[in-house]
Formats: sequence, C-alpha cells, structure tokens
Amino acid sequence: MKNLQNLDIKSLEEHARIIRRHVIRMIAKAGSGHPGSSLSAVDLLVALFYNKLRHNPRLPKWSDRDRFILSKGHGCPALYAVLAEQGYFPVEKLDTLRQFGSTLQGHPCMKTTPGIEISGGSLGQGLSVGLGIALAARLDKKDYRTYVMLGDGELEEGQVWEAAMAASHYNVDNLCAIIDQNDLQIDGFIHEVMSSHPIPDKWRGFGWHTIEIDGHDYPSIIKAYDDAGEVKGRPTVIIAKTIKGKGVSFMENQVDWHGKAPTKEETERALVELNG
Amino acid sequence: MTEMIATRQAYGEALVELGEQNKDIVVLDADLSKSTTTAKFGKKFPERFFNMGVAEANMMNTAAGLAACGKVAFVSSFSIFATGRAWEQIRNTVCYSGLNVKIVATHSGVSVGPDGASHQCIEDLSLMQVIPTMTVIEPCDAIETKKAVTAATRYQGPLYIRLGRAAVPVITRREDPFVIGKANILRTGRDVAIIACGALVANALTAAEVLSKDGIEATVVNMHTIKPLDKETLLQVVKQVNAVVTAEQHVLDCGLGSIVASVLSRNYPVPIEMIGIDNRFGQSGEPDILFKEYHLLPEDIIRAAKKAVGRKKQ
Ligand SMILES: Cc1ncc(C[n+]2csc(CCOP(=O)(O)OP(=O)(O)O)c2C)c(N)n1
Ligand SMILES: [Mg+2]
Repeated sequence: MKNLQNLDIKSLEEHARIIRRHVIRMIAKAGSGHPGSSLSAVDLLVALFYNKLRHNPRLPKWSDRDRFILSKGHGCPALYAVLAEQGYFPVEKLDTLRQFGSTLQGHPCMKTTPGIEISGGSLGQGLSVGLGIALAARLDKKDYRTYVMLGDGELEEGQVWEAAMAASHYNVDNLCAIIDQNDLQIDGFIHEVMSSHPIPDKWRGFGWHTIEIDGHDYPSIIKAYDDAGEVKGRPTVIIAKTIKGKGVSFMENQVDWHGKAPTKEETERALVELNG
Repeated sequence: MTEMIATRQAYGEALVELGEQNKDIVVLDADLSKSTTTAKFGKKFPERFFNMGVAEANMMNTAAGLAACGKVAFVSSFSIFATGRAWEQIRNTVCYSGLNVKIVATHSGVSVGPDGASHQCIEDLSLMQVIPTMTVIEPCDAIETKKAVTAATRYQGPLYIRLGRAAVPVITRREDPFVIGKANILRTGRDVAIIACGALVANALTAAEVLSKDGIEATVVNMHTIKPLDKETLLQVVKQVNAVVTAEQHVLDCGLGSIVASVLSRNYPVPIEMIGIDNRFGQSGEPDILFKEYHLLPEDIIRAAKKAVGRKKQ
C-alpha cells in the first residue's frame, strides 16, 4: 500500500506539535475533556493519518478508504484535530468541541463528524467493529485496511478478547490493532488498578502478530505500520509504549490529567511548551 | 387442525430465500445456529455466515462493522443473550450509529419450556423498545415471521424481531398485509379491543370466539410492531369499544401493555386490563403448563375482557 504523503520525520513532528496545541486549546475552551488520553495518542495518529492511511478528506465515505476507529473514544480531541488539519472539516470547528449543537461531540459520533467511522465512547467495542469491517472488506474483495486504537485500560474489557479470538479465528490480516500503552487509566496505574500485563504475551496467545514499539518515535511507528501491512494470515497488534499527557511536562504521566481541562494559566504554560 | 410451526423455523427458511436474492445479507450467530435455525443460511451461503462463538457482545459489534460497510447484517441468538448480554453494544454502537443491523432472537417468553427461567426471556420487548430509534417486532406465526424478516431486509436501520422456540398455530394467511408499524385488525366487535402480539394473538382470537358466545363482541388487533406503535389504528379501534385488554408473553413492565396504556392515558383514557407476566421469573415445564401458570391462556384473556367491559359500565 502506498504512503499518500510520505512526510519526513521533522514535518511529522511539526504536525504533531500543532495537533497537541489544538488539543490543549480545544479542551480548555470546552472546559472539559481528556487531555492526557489525547496527547498520548497524537504521534500514533499523526503517523497514521499523514503517512499511512489511504484516505481522502474530501470524500470521507470513499468506499476504498482505509478505516480508522478510535475505540478509546475519549481521546477524540486528538482525532478531531487531525481530521480538521487533514481537511475533513474547517479547523475553526475545533473551537466548538463539546458545545450544544456542535458536530464535535464529547465522544465520537459518526452521524455528525466527517471521518468518524463509528460512534464510540463505550470502551471495549471498537475492535469488534473493526473485525466486522475487515470481514466486509474480504467479502467485497477490497484491499482497504482497518486500524483500531485501544487504550491499555480498555484491554480490561472482556469484549476486547472476544474480538481478539474471533479476528484470529477468521485470519483477518487486513485488521491492525494499535494499543496506546500509557500505563494509566482513570483510577491509577494499570498495574495497580487491574494489571493487563504481560500485554504482548496475551496477544501472541490469541494468535496475533505482535509488534512492540515506542509510540512517540516516528521511524518505529511508521515501520510498524508498514510491517503490519506485510503480515499475512493473521491480524497484527502494535503495542506502543506511550506517555500519557506527552508533550506537556506537567501533564506527563500524571493520573489527574486523564480527564480534566487545564485552567487559563495552565493552558498558557502548556502552549508555551508546545511552541516549537 | 391448524398447522403448528415455530416462528424460528420460518426465520431460517426466510433467510435462505432472501439470501438468494440479496447478496448483501450476512448472518452472524453465537453457537446457537441450529436452534435459531440460521444454520440453514450458513449451509447455503457459508462465506456470508459467521459463527462468532459464545461471545454475543463481540458478535453484535462485528455485525455493526459489517453493516457500516453496506451489509444487511442479521444477528441471532436466544433473546436473553442477544438483548441482555449485548444490550449496551446494541444501544451504543448499533442504534446510536444508526446501523443496518437486524437482531432476530429466538427463545423468547416462557414458551421456551423445560430450559427454565435462565433461557426464557420475558424482558426483551422492554430492553429493545426503550432504545431511541429502535424498531421492535413480534410476529404471531410462521407466515408473518417470513413477512417480517423480508420487511426487515428492506428497512433501513436497526430492528429487533422477537421469535419463539415452540410451535405456534398458523393464524395468518399469505395474502394478509404486513407493514412495519401498521397493526392488523383480525376481528371487529363493539364491546372490547384485545391488543396482542406474538403467541398471544392466537389466544386472543380463541378468547374472542368464546366471548362472542357470551354476548361480548371483541375486536382483536395483531400489534406485530411494538415500536413504533400504530397509535392511529389503536385509537381508532379503541374509540369504537372504550375498553381494552392487552396480551403478551412478556413482563407487564414496559412491554406492549405498558406502551398501549401510555398512549391511551395521554390520548383517550379507557379501562384497560393487561395479560402478561407479573414480576416473576419463568421456570421449567412444558409451554402449555407454563401458559396456565402465568395466566396467558384464552380463559385469562376472557376474564380480563369481562372485567374491562364491566369497568366501562361503572
Ligand atoms: C465501558 C466503559 N466503562 C467505563 C468508561 C469510563 N472510562 C473512560 S476512560 C477510562 C479509562 C481508560 O483507560 P485507557 O484505556 O488506558 O485509556 P487512556 O485514557 O489511558 O488512553 C474509563 C474507565 C467508559 N468510557 N466505557
Ligand atoms: Mg491508558
């Protein structure tokens, strides 16, 4: 599959910085949202949308597009910012996040937001949907790929493992799961609340091709996406070690920044750090 | 003798016929395909049939994914597992996304019989009708089931069809109309209207005949679509008789009776009696014994009709 834009690492990082600034501004303006969860996923999203995904922002329903599902739907500010920067809708719309009447709902809504494949917000459901899409692609003899991003806390949902089992049973090599492994969930560190470790062994046990990377290192991310596309006969999971709140020093690895908006002063500090 | 066929049998046959015509139909089941009869489709169209194992939540969302790509996705299991285990998947992914998923669940009601309460789903009408945008249908016999499944295929959006395990009498004819959301009036009388769905429609007809001998003439409405309810027909019928009995194989809470009562109380309050299961679980036993135990027989409908008529005169 060809890379549509093939940006160099430097410009990807520059785009990521812009996306992170959007995330902070949007959540601050909205007065609520999930900055930590959004920021940890930014590099994985930027590498995917700017460098890998076969898509056309002017034709969001193009039938041959690659599909992306944000199963950890609460991280949608990052996805909205990427979609806006890619041209799915005007960047100004980002200011309306979570407001009454906005096309940008608090959690992904496929009916209001171009580029959202499925409505979400309830954890544990996205991989199953991705499996259905992957099966449809096979039935229709289409070569598009489906990517599903999950949180590491989300892996505690039993349905994820139902989907893992079924995807492996049906040998869907057109399906790729991406784990945003920031080691945090709402109530604390993953290993304290409900350890999902060892994550790679579990996926291997379920028959998935397993790739482990640093989720903020662009060469590794891009290589992982490329390698996943080469795997035949089984689905691939990319387990990306990330830092929750990545890019804003006082948010990094802090459980409290899972789901609260920064104050005016915190917003300014964050934006200074993200000033490039 | 009236022919006896389980609605689930008609479902499997309908799927095979429809699958022939419509290549977008896919069917998913969760290790109950022999009982739900989707195995017939699986045998005929193996590439469009997905056994998802004993994992209903995943099955529901896999169907959502297939539907998101233009497939007409039929999902089947027993009612309790399809609507209970996967409720939130239905609510948050299927309905909220407005996807073309058809949940056709069998083994509803106490007529499941010997398997007992765990397998007798008497809450599914409530669970499904309460979700915004959901359409809910309970056909009364095998012929109507085929029509409902055909209509479901043409209908765009999420839809639930409630089927049973036990054989039930065939009481409709091939030429009878079936339109989603349009009730069928099976009989008209001047004294009371019996509004029924599913297996209770046959009992309502039997009850009406007995009532007639006692000088009470009943209208019988087959309310095959529980949501959206055909308010127009309901009000039109009720205004002629001013007394109502509802009848369903379901808990009284938030089933057909509750919905009918809610429409009538707001638009045209009249005495109403309800046949249904009153705050109890089912249990093992043959369907006829259970129908007696849970007061779902024609004699129960007759008693309720007389009571409703009596209240009218007060
Ligand atoms: C089914 C469900 N249960 C609970 C929640 C509430 N919730 C939102 S985010 C979250 C923690 C998620 O942690 P993780 O998957 O690690 O995501 P992160 O924010 O760390 O990327 C929870 C429990 C939910 N959205 N869905
Ligand atoms: Mg996490």
